[in-house]
Amino acid sequence: MRITLNGESFDCSATSLQELLTELQLLDKRIAVEFNQQLCPRSGWVTQALQEGDCIEIVHAIGGG
Amino acid sequence: MPLAAVKHSTKDSMQDSFTLAGQAYSSRLLVGTGKYKDLAETGEAIAASGAEIVTVAIRRTNIGQNPDEPNLLDVISPEQYTILPNTAGCFDAESAVRTCQLARELLDGHKLVKLEVLGDEKTLYPDVPATLLAAEKLVADGFDVMVYTSDDPLIARRLEEIGCCAIMPLAAPIGSGLGIQNKYNILEIVESAKVPVLVDAGVGTASDAAIAMELGCDGVLMNTAIAAAQKPVLMAEAMKHAIVAGRQAFLAGRMPRKRYASASSPIDGLIA
Repeated sequence: MRITLNGESFDCSATSLQELLTELQLLDKRIAVEFNQQLCPRSGWVTQALQEGDCIEIVHAIGGG
Repeated sequence: MPLAAVKHSTKDSMQDSFTLAGQAYSSRLLVGTGKYKDLAETGEAIAASGAEIVTVAIRRTNIGQNPDEPNLLDVISPEQYTILPNTAGCFDAESAVRTCQLARELLDGHKLVKLEVLGDEKTLYPDVPATLLAAEKLVADGFDVMVYTSDDPLIARRLEEIGCCAIMPLAAPIGSGLGIQNKYNILEIVESAKVPVLVDAGVGTASDAAIAMELGCDGVLMNTAIAAAQKPVLMAEAMKHAIVAGRQAFLAGRMPRKRYASASSPIDGLIA
C-alpha cells in the first residue's frame, strides 16, 4: 500500500507503525513520530495500524540555533 | 579585610545563577548547534562556551540514510546538557505547536522549548500575531515556553502575561551579526519583565554579548556568531568570557558618563 512518509510517497508492506519503523531501522533511534498530524507516542507504535493513504512524519534533532 | 572582601565578591559572582522554569543555571550563555563544519566541531565549540542550555532543531529524518550515522544527541547528550528544541523554520502557529509536541516526545517529556514563528524569509523577523497564538496554545498544553520575539516592549509584556517563562528579543536579524540595534528597547524590556530576558539572535562578536549583559539581560542565546567565526572554538571561549564580563559590569554598576575629563591622579603634591 502507499503511504506518505516524510512528505514522500512510500510503498509499504508493514501493517503497524512498529513494523514500519523496524523496517526502516529506526526503532532504537532518538526519533518522534506523527501519525496523520497527531503525535503518536512510542508506547502507541505497536498498536497503531497502517492503512492506505496514512501520513507519517518521523523527526529527529539536528543542528540549529 | 580587603582581601577577604575580594574573595567574598568573587564567590558571589561564581554563584550568580539564573533560574529558568524552576531550574538554576550558572552559565548565562545559551548556544545553538547549527552551521558547524561537523559534529566534532559542534561538540568542541559547545564545550568551550561553557553553555548548559543548547538549542537544537527538529527535522524529518532522512529515510534510507545510513542507520549508523552519528546523531547530534549522541554528541550533545541530554544527560549532560539541557536540550532546548526550537521551532526555527516554522512560518505558522500550528506547525510550531506540532514541532514542540514532537520535541517533547523526542526528549522524553522535557517541557522546555524555544518558540519562534517566522514571518518573512528575508528578515526572519518573528510573525508576532502567530507567535502570540502559538505561545497561548503551548502554555495551555503545559510547555515551558522561551519565546523569540521582536524588541517591542509591549509585545514582550503580552508574552509574559500569556505565561512564557523567558522573553527573548532579537538584537538584530537572525544570523546577521549586526549586534544590538536598539539598546533602549532591550533595556525597557529588561526593566519591565519579571521573567528572564535573553537576547536571542543578531550578536556578532564578544562585545555585542557583553553589551547585552551590561543592559541587565539574564542571558544571551547565539549560534552563528560562534559557528561562523574563523575559529569557532576560540570564539566560543571568547563569548563565555564576554558574558561573564558583561554580567559582572552590570552587577558592579558602571560609573556615570561625564562630558569633561576628571583626573585620576591627585593634583596635590606635584613637584613644580
